[in-house]
Amino acid sequence: MLTGALKSLFAVAEAYPELKANQNLLQLQGELSDLEAKIAYARQFYNTNVRDLNTKIQVFPAVFVARMFGFKEEGYFEAEEAARADVQVKFTN
Amino acid sequence: MSRSSSPTSSLNIYTAIEENRRKTALFIAAFVLLIGLIAFAVGIVLGLPVAPAGVVSLVLTAFALLLALWLYRASDRIVLGISEAREAKRQEHLELYRTVENISIAAGIPMPKVYIINDTAPNAFATGRDPAHASVAVTTGLLQKLSKLELEGVIAHEISHIRNFDTRLMVMVAVFVGFIAVLADVMLRYTWYGAGRRTRYKGKGEGSAGAVVLVLAIVALILAPIAAQVIQFAIARQREFLADASSALLTRYPAGLAGALEKITNDTEPLEVATKGTAHLYIANPIKGQESSMNNLFATHPPIKERVARLRAMASAA
Repeated sequence: MLTGALKSLFAVAEAYPELKANQNLLQLQGELSDLEAKIAYARQFYNTNVRDLNTKIQVFPAVFVARMFGFKEEGYFEAEEAARADVQVKFTN
Repeated sequence: MSRSSSPTSSLNIYTAIEENRRKTALFIAAFVLLIGLIAFAVGIVLGLPVAPAGVVSLVLTAFALLLALWLYRASDRIVLGISEAREAKRQEHLELYRTVENISIAAGIPMPKVYIINDTAPNAFATGRDPAHASVAVTTGLLQKLSKLELEGVIAHEISHIRNFDTRLMVMVAVFVGFIAVLADVMLRYTWYGAGRRTRYKGKGEGSAGAVVLVLAIVALILAPIAAQVIQFAIARQREFLADASSALLTRYPAGLAGALEKITNDTEPLEVATKGTAHLYIANPIKGQESSMNNLFATHPPIKERVARLRAMASAA
């Protein structure tokens, strides 16, 4: 996950005071943690809707319509193994 | 009504939106009727027979609806203008922008426009007729005094107002309340002249039945704007609890909004740009020195203690 990558990135930065104070690096850190938050919120939005759908199609009176038109329960979003791995943040010249 | 007054029991947001839409339609119908009745009362007061009074009331109602339609489309610009809000730039208010972006993603609505009010009193409001034409305005004081999590709670509260279509309902309500107030006021003033002229020309020609109708019509003209405002504030108060609950659901952190509400209320600075007409839009009453309680018909907001208590209960339940 991004969190892991961020931790290692910040850890590296800790060792170099000059780098730590670098404006670009601070900006990068801000952008990365904001990206992480956005992904989390998007996932939350998706899963909230899945939960509402799954509840609704089991409740009267929607349950009849759902059966008639074949609405199915949807699965929650869960990140697969590859996506769970630490994201690589590389600096190249 | 009973369902949405305890929003924690039914947090399905689509049910809430559906309910709000139904209420908006009901509300428009009730107000059209009320305006028609006022216009009819005016006709009677002016001494018209029943049939022409009916025609006058129909014409006035049609005019009211046209004006309402225009106000409905322009209202957000008017409110932002009154509040002296200016559009915020992303580079200058990065933290605020990120928060609004994130919560919009969580709520599944387009990114609203972001406005800043240059005032040290912490407060915020949302406006706009639907999520695609929505704006969120915060004061500079709010940005200075709240922590990141508290700000997130406030933004989530405002975005909930937008997504639940509360902003649309409040726009409609405000337009009609304003219209009724102006109409009743104009007619009451006109009535004094009208009544005076009639006595001068006709002398004592009026029957006692006519006098009773006249008195009833004048009483109706006096009461109508007050009744309209009581209804407006009742609706505004009720929407606050739902927005608080939705905010907790979006951020998963009710304590953030609870802390923000306490900071906003405990702050003693008044918000200069807030008026009686816009007070109900803000997250907490911007006009200081008004103790609000559920029993107070003219309170624009539910008591803060009650709101904070509900949020804290959610926090400890989670």
